Amino acid sequence: MHSSLTRIAAVLIASTMLAGVANAETIRWARSSDALTLDPHSQNQGNTHTLAHHIYETLVGRDNDGNLTPRLATEWALKDGDDTVWVFKLREGVKFHDGADFTAEDVVYSMTRAKSEFSNMRQLHAEVESVTAVDDYTVEFKMVGPSLIYPNNLTNTFIMDKTWSEANDLDVVQDFASGASNYSVLNTNGTGPYTLVSREPDVRTVLAYNEGWWGEQPEVTDIEYIVIADAGTRVSALLSGEIDIVQDVPPQDIERLSNTEGFKVETGPENRFIYFGYKFGDEPLKSSNITDSNPFNNPLVREAMELVLDRDAIQQVVMRGQSIPTGIPNPPFVNGWTEELDAYPAPDVERARELMAEAGYADGFTVTLDTPNNRYVNDEAISTAYVGMLGQIGIQVTLASRPVAEHSPLILASDTDFYLLGWGVPTFDSAYVFNDLIHTKETGEDAELGGYNVGMYSNPELDEMIVSLGVESDETVRNQTIADIWEVVKADRVLLPVHNQVLAYAMRDGVTLPVQPENQPNMTTVTFE
Amino acid sequence: MLAFIARRLLQSVLVMLVVAFIAFLVFRYVGDPLAALMSQEARQADFDAARQRLGLDQPFYIQFFTFVGNALQGEFGISYRLQQPVSQLILDRLPATIELAFASSIIALIGGVVLGIYTALRQRAFSTGVIMTLSLVGVSLPTFLIGIGLIYVFAVELKWLPSFGRGEVVALGWWRTGLLTQSGLRSLILPAITLSLFQLTLIMRLVRAEMLEVMRTDYIRFAKARGLSKRAINFGHALKNTMVPVITITGLQLGSVIAFAIITETVFQWPGVGSLFVNSVAVVDVPVMAAYLVFVALIFVVINLIVDILYFIVDPRLRDGARTGR
Repeated sequence: MHSSLTRIAAVLIASTMLAGVANAETIRWARSSDALTLDPHSQNQGNTHTLAHHIYETLVGRDNDGNLTPRLATEWALKDGDDTVWVFKLREGVKFHDGADFTAEDVVYSMTRAKSEFSNMRQLHAEVESVTAVDDYTVEFKMVGPSLIYPNNLTNTFIMDKTWSEANDLDVVQDFASGASNYSVLNTNGTGPYTLVSREPDVRTVLAYNEGWWGEQPEVTDIEYIVIADAGTRVSALLSGEIDIVQDVPPQDIERLSNTEGFKVETGPENRFIYFGYKFGDEPLKSSNITDSNPFNNPLVREAMELVLDRDAIQQVVMRGQSIPTGIPNPPFVNGWTEELDAYPAPDVERARELMAEAGYADGFTVTLDTPNNRYVNDEAISTAYVGMLGQIGIQVTLASRPVAEHSPLILASDTDFYLLGWGVPTFDSAYVFNDLIHTKETGEDAELGGYNVGMYSNPELDEMIVSLGVESDETVRNQTIADIWEVVKADRVLLPVHNQVLAYAMRDGVTLPVQPENQPNMTTVTFE
Repeated sequence: MLAFIARRLLQSVLVMLVVAFIAFLVFRYVGDPLAALMSQEARQADFDAARQRLGLDQPFYIQFFTFVGNALQGEFGISYRLQQPVSQLILDRLPATIELAFASSIIALIGGVVLGIYTALRQRAFSTGVIMTLSLVGVSLPTFLIGIGLIYVFAVELKWLPSFGRGEVVALGWWRTGLLTQSGLRSLILPAITLSLFQLTLIMRLVRAEMLEVMRTDYIRFAKARGLSKRAINFGHALKNTMVPVITITGLQLGSVIAFAIITETVFQWPGVGSLFVNSVAVVDVPVMAAYLVFVALIFVVINLIVDILYFIVDPRLRDGARTGR
């Protein structure tokens, strides 16, 4: 009798407390395309990670300024006396959605899984030799060599429950060819702030607040994540009041939406730059009328091409103000960025013509520019604008515009003389840009570096410096090397950066969602007025 | 009879094989699916491994035979993008498309017949001119423009109807229907109207032309002479004879409505097979694209087969031809 009274009292108290906190706030959030899967290690792709971050958690998080923050790990440091071992202290008292405790074993299991054959995440952990649980709340990552920035690679690698995963045969990461269905594609068990209520791929995913979450309760308790592919319909759905927040707002709608009463647009820089790349080397270009030499290999030509690129005009006319012109292929939050490097020359057509004459191309030359037309914001329009600018110094460009699915094979095969591409820096460290875009392209079975060095730029001295970044354990030395590399890259004009993209989220008044530079907005950061 | 059906079936199978071949050939070369699937950090080795896993490194004809062999068992492989069986994806989304197609056909049929009769009986009225002109405008405007226009007026400005999606759905076995909920029905209105406009015009003009033709025939004149009421003549005699071609056309059109609801489904984010196809094209999801084309071809082949067999049963001349081995 007594105990049932206390229970009733407890329920009453609990319910009044709930009423105080749980002003159930539903957010209806639309974007243009869906997550590819819910298997957290199958795809290394922004949309997929964005949804996963609400359900699963990573050891290390990242705030909107790009700084690392504790998440499932509360602290991390290199091991005393051994700079090839990272030690992570785990958060205690965390539970998975099914009630199981989160421990070091789950981390070991998840890291092994993320490094396994079909995982799209494994290249981020290539330097990890082994992961071991020291005790329930301490994990050691043994690296192949010193790896100062490794924790940066953990911000999108999610932790699964070992017991649950094993019970559901999830040891093997989802492999599309086999046809064997994987339980985790549509079912989840994370430690994150929201649990999965229902999922209809491509249509709607519903999430509800996880009462057992360790963090501070967010204002948003229910999420309806809706996919609306057509930009016009997406914006209409916001205007008609059926949606609260819209991602992927087309630039031409930003101004209109900001001027519409009852709605606002949050903009912020995205961690992604857009650049033009040229083919280096003495081989003549395959698309040019100059058949005895490669004009792009001449530094004077590259300088002339930069001098006719009017970045401000592109920003104002093509991008309608929604971009940040830049002089360095590196977004501002990324380690190694400086204002000095970011400066770019004012357009000077006269000087550019002189340079072209000096280089022996007074009459100009012809070349084909390969551009995607559905990947980056106004990608084709940017290329079209630049084609006109190059015409001023006699470079006659044929524009070859393709959907990204056809553009990418050219890029991967280095089968292009001149191209437009965008690049994000998920590690927020310059080494990421150097490894893929600047280092000499390696070939063969174990090719690792220079994978997207499409123009085949090669500078052995830089290569050595780039490789040293991966194993340097003194931060000051490392940062100096980064600065030195940028110096050369900028002077050599290895790439021709145009701008950093700007992200825009549109929402109804009374709701605020801050822009996340990796375009992975987090609904726990939404505030209501 | 049996020989005729057998021959027709064989032809259908051949058509399906040709379509499957073209679908496969075209989609195999539209782009590299891996480009859309792999992440920015993927290395050449990862690409090669994935290519091998997906069987994309096999020669074309082997890929094609695998495709046909699997297709015969209703197995179209796994969607590269959604990583679910393609046949399952299409089945999941078919109810949405079929409901939309039927709703729009009903609107087109009723609207087309009513307006057709009206414009035939009141040939010289001002309202007839207006309807005929509007119908021309309706046909010439692209579907997506009509859709966006309807969304703007009825969803954004008036806020009467939803601008996207299917609303709440109820599961009846594997068939998930939106016809039983209020939000489902409200969501159906705008896309159904958008999709029906073209057909509506077609049926209206057909009914009008047929009706005008019938009204000129002798038996209508005799009916008038007999002093029958206008109502009895118009609806009892004239309309009945007008409806035969209308029903044939509507039946045949249903196939193309299902097949070509693509634009309407995209504009309204209607979760049917059409929007599945469009989303798949964007990332070169070859299994879905190929399966969709085969599926559409199957609809047409089956409808035509049924129509042919019906004609064969109805029309004795065809039967004679078949017997003599024409």
